[in-house]
Formats: sequence, C-alpha cells, structure tokens
Amino acid sequence: MDFDTIIQVLDSSVRLSIPLLLACLAGLFSERAGIFDIGLEGKMLASAFASGAVAFVTGSALLGLLAGIFASIALSAIHGVASITFKGNQLISGVAINFLASGLTALVGQNLFRQGGQTPALSGSARFNDITLPFAELLKNLPIFGKIYYELISGHTLLVYVAFLIVPLTWWILFRTRFGLRLRAVGENPAAVDTSGISVIKQRYAAIAICGLLCGIAGAYLSTGIGAGFGKEMTAGKGFIALAALIFAKWKPVPALWACLLFGFLEAVGIRFQSIEVPGVGTIPLQLMQALPYILTVIILAGFVGKAIPPKAGGEPYNKE
Amino acid sequence: MTKLPSWIDILLIPLINLIIALFLSALVVLYIGENPLNALSIMIKGAIGSSYGWGYTLYYATNFIFTGLAVSVAFHARMFNIGGEGQATLGGLGVALVCLMFPWPHWSIALPVAIIGGALFGAAWAAIPAYLQAKRGSHIVITTIMFNFMASALLVYLLVNVLKVPGSMAPETGRFVEGARLPTGHDMLGWVGIKFSKSPPVNISFLIAVLSSFAVWFLIWKTKLGYEIRAFGHSESAAKYAGISPVKIIMIAMLISGALSGLMGINSVMGESERLVLDSVQGAGFIGIAVALMGRSHPLGVFLAAILFGILYQGGAELAMWTKIPRELIVVIQALVILLTGALDNMIRIPIERLYFKMVRANA
Repeated sequence: MDFDTIIQVLDSSVRLSIPLLLACLAGLFSERAGIFDIGLEGKMLASAFASGAVAFVTGSALLGLLAGIFASIALSAIHGVASITFKGNQLISGVAINFLASGLTALVGQNLFRQGGQTPALSGSARFNDITLPFAELLKNLPIFGKIYYELISGHTLLVYVAFLIVPLTWWILFRTRFGLRLRAVGENPAAVDTSGISVIKQRYAAIAICGLLCGIAGAYLSTGIGAGFGKEMTAGKGFIALAALIFAKWKPVPALWACLLFGFLEAVGIRFQSIEVPGVGTIPLQLMQALPYILTVIILAGFVGKAIPPKAGGEPYNKE
Repeated sequence: MTKLPSWIDILLIPLINLIIALFLSALVVLYIGENPLNALSIMIKGAIGSSYGWGYTLYYATNFIFTGLAVSVAFHARMFNIGGEGQATLGGLGVALVCLMFPWPHWSIALPVAIIGGALFGAAWAAIPAYLQAKRGSHIVITTIMFNFMASALLVYLLVNVLKVPGSMAPETGRFVEGARLPTGHDMLGWVGIKFSKSPPVNISFLIAVLSSFAVWFLIWKTKLGYEIRAFGHSESAAKYAGISPVKIIMIAMLISGALSGLMGINSVMGESERLVLDSVQGAGFIGIAVALMGRSHPLGVFLAAILFGILYQGGAELAMWTKIPRELIVVIQALVILLTGALDNMIRIPIERLYFKMVRANA
C-alpha cells in the first residue's frame, strides 16, 4: 500500500466519521442527562431528508441545514413529550421515532418529487462545497506534509470543521459550565438537582434539544455535504454505529472523537478494499469489517476491556415525590 | 385507588390508541391527496375481502405472531428484546440448513426438524446478549441491536461465500427439495373440501403459530417457571428474596424469546420462499414490538394484534397498487401504534383513569 492510498483512505475515514461524530455527541448530551436515545438514526434520517428537500427547492444549503435541524428537533420534542412529560419508556419511544422518520421521509419524498422517495440531485449552492484551506495549493507539492495538509486536512466541507470544533465545545459545556454540571447531575442523581431548586424537566428538555440540533447537522451533512441529495434510508444504521461509538467512548466527548474516527476508518477500509489479506491469518471478509464496530461495542459492554458504565439515572423517568 | 377493570385496560385503551393512530395516518393520506375513507376501504377489501387477501394477511400475521410472542415473553421478565430481527434471521438460517442437509421424503418429517433448527438458531443468537445481561449487566437493548447488525452481516457473508448455488449470481441458496414443501392454505383447506386461493403463501406454520400462542399462555400463567418469570418482571428484588435466580430467569426468558423469533423461519423461509434469501425477515422482528405492546403481552392480544398488522401489511400492498399511497404508510401507522401504545401510554391512560373513577364515585 503506497502513501497516496493511505492518505485517500484516511481522507474518506474523516468524511465518513463526521455523521457518526455529530450523532454520537448528540447522544452524549441526551444520555448524560438521563434520556436514552436510540432514535438518533431516525432524527438523522429526517434531517437528511428535510435538508435535501429544502436545499433543492431553495437552492441554499444553509436553509436546508436549518430545515434539517428543525425536523430533527421536532422528533426530539416527541421523544421529550413521551419520555419526560408522560414518563413513557424511552427505548420504545426511540424505536417509534426511527420508524416514523423512515416512513414519513419516504412518503413525503415520493409525494413531493416522485422519484421513489429520493430528492433530485443537488449541485452548486444547494450543497456544502469543499473548502480549500489557506496555502493548501501552495504547499501541495511539498513531500508528505504538503500532501497531508492538502488532501487530508484541507478540502472538506464547512460542516466537517464545525463537527471537529463541537468536540472541545461539548467538553467545555459539559465539564466547565454550570449548565453542563446540572445536565450531568440530572443524569446521575435527578432528585438531588430537584432538591436544589432546579427543574429536572427543563434541564432534560434542554439536553434533548441540543441532541436534536446535533443530529440535524449530521443529517444535513449526509444529504448536502458528503452526498448530493437524499436517498431512501440513507442513514443505513449510522445512528446505531454512533450509539455504539458513544458506549465505546464511555460517554466522554474526546474519546467519542477517536471512536468515531476508528469506526469511520473501518468503513473506509471496507469500501476501498473488498477483502483484506492479513499475513498469518488469511483473508478477512468485507462483512466482518462491517460488523466490527458492533462486535467491538459488545466486547466493551461486556466489560472485558474496561467497563462501560452508563449515567446512573439513564432510562428512568423522574418522579417528583 | 383500585385498578381499572380489565376490559378498559386490554380492550378500550388499545382501541383508542389504534383510532388515534389511524386518524393521524388519515391526515397523511389527505396530504398525499387521497380520500382516507376510500383508502381504508381498499385496505380492508384487499386484506380480508377475498380468500386471496386472507391468504396473504394470515401469512404476514403468522410472522408477527412469532415475533410478537417473542417480545412478549421477554417483556414478562422486564427484558426489552429488540433483537427479534437478528434472531429471526438466524432462525431462517437454521431452517434452511435443515431443509438443505437431507433429501426429505415428506414435509411431516422435515417440519419437526426444521422447527428445532429454527428455534435453536434463534435461541443461540439471543444467548450471548442474555448471558451478558445476566452475568455482566450489559444492557440487553444495546447488545441485541448490535446482534441484529451482526446477524445481517453474517447472513450476507454466508449467502455470498458459502451457501450460494455455484455459478449463480444471486445471493441465495438453491430451492429446497419437494419433500420439504409445506402444505399451503389451499392444500389444507382442500383436504376438507373448502376452496381457497392457490397463490397466497399462508401455510401450516399459521397453525404452529396458534399452537405457540397456547404454549406461551400455558407457560406464563400455568407453570411455576412462568410464575417466576412474571414475579421477576414485577420486582427483581422481591423475586430474589423469594429465592428466584435472576440469571436463570433472564437466560430462560431470552432463550424462549429468541427461539420464538427463530420459528418465524418455518413460515417465511420454508413456507414462502422455499430457499434462503437475503432479508427474509423484512422488519417482522420490529413489528413484533408493536404487536406485543398493542397486545399487552398477552398471547390472545398478540394474536389479535398480529392479525391486525397482517391486515395492514396486505392492505398496504393493495393501496400501493391501486392508489398514489406508497407502502411506507404502514411504517408510519406502525410507528404511531408503537408510540401511542408504548411510549405515550400515560397520555391516554391517565385521563381515562380519572374519568372512570369519577364515574364510579358519582354512582356510589
């Protein structure tokens, strides 16, 4: 494998890890506040559709992004009403949201565009286009560093850089602000937060609103950043890989970045090479590569390699006594 | 406060939930520009208006009875088994391997072995998440989701690399032998002299599904094990105090759950496609969640909810054929049913409870 191939694989790893990263951080906010969210997939899908559709109609990727965020937050609101206000089962609500998004995007898509649930292909300003960072052209011909800067670091869409910035921002919000402290507290010990006179309900709604926002960006990236239009079921399980990454990262922002890059890398390798020869082991089939994120997560969950402990009050509706 | 009478709990509330779900779906139909009442009549006529329609409705219902029972048994032990999809995929594999390994002379010999194969493979796929939940406390919802994806990757690998007919492009096994062909609704009703459409895939598995419903009812309400499962589901600490082993209950409930999902293979793989194809489950594992919620985890409720979803599936296919309404409408209805009966249950239940007790007091 030559240097160019390595750079190409790493470049596509970055691109593929972005939706995972955004959805993973979305789940982080929600689950840290004690609301399990297996509806990341559905929210991303709804946003991907809304962004693609609005970007096509208006020709503006930015308006598309806003529409995507709106769609995703709307589903978050349903999750909130079900699991916070009516104290319903958060997991069942998540399952319902995934189906709702899957059904509605296909229905509305077919009704609007009559292309089997897809949006028409997007181009020009209807997409987030690649940004060339300063000096990239100039440094392009430098050995090694020039290539890394030009191919790997420069030349992504705005949303990629935004996603990377959200990682330290998430860390800062959660661990350095009062809001973050309260958010983590309602996920660990809501009764204590309640006694100190802070509304558990408001805090949890705030958390899932942020979750909706981030899933919205993730979905917009899928249809207007990395892709050029919405395709039916285009999230294809990414929301669940993000969930896996969240567990893999033990609900921490910076490890979440590494987990998503790892899972993105696995996907990129799977796309680039149909099968991989490992000396002494033999051929690793493509399907094993695809299943690897899930297998790794189960191993982590099993606690054989450092135990993953979720927030203590996760999944439990809060009952004021 | 006393409890609601059971007819409100198991009949009225699910009915109200269903009506709300259908009402919201009607809004979607209006948005598409079709008449909701017209759509409903096409659905009902298409699903139960002919023996052809019934044949498909009951075929789908058979799948949903198996997966619905699977989710219910796990629910009784307060386990949310979201892995029905993967367990049914593996069950289908088990059924296919049984059908392929031997030149079966007659279905009546092949079927019992296929039942064992499907149940064993389905249970095996539930065993690891169950063990990890019981012994290591790994959340069963997350592990079963992961196992769904692993199952689909495993099946693709096996069909593409191992089980495919040599020289063929299609990722599917060869057709099963004639002796593994299950009698269809047409065959069985023909034995007693009743005419039934020849084409629908409903087959003897429907009767196995009905028997399974009885078996689950008997297990949960008439045996010591069933009592222990329910006790554990009500209160883990109380059950522990009564000497019930959590590890044992979690393992047994999940293995039964996986086996029931796996049994779906006799209907879809052995009964319908008569070969193993990619995606033989087609989401039935997830529909089992809706069916179990709507049926309140009771086998009779599951049976009725499965028939209802069978009608929706067959009716939805007819809708897609005759109107502008895409098949995905069923997915929306399914989502609304899960949301209303599962997550938003309190939204309906609390006002009805208030109303009921007000009326009781007024009459007293």
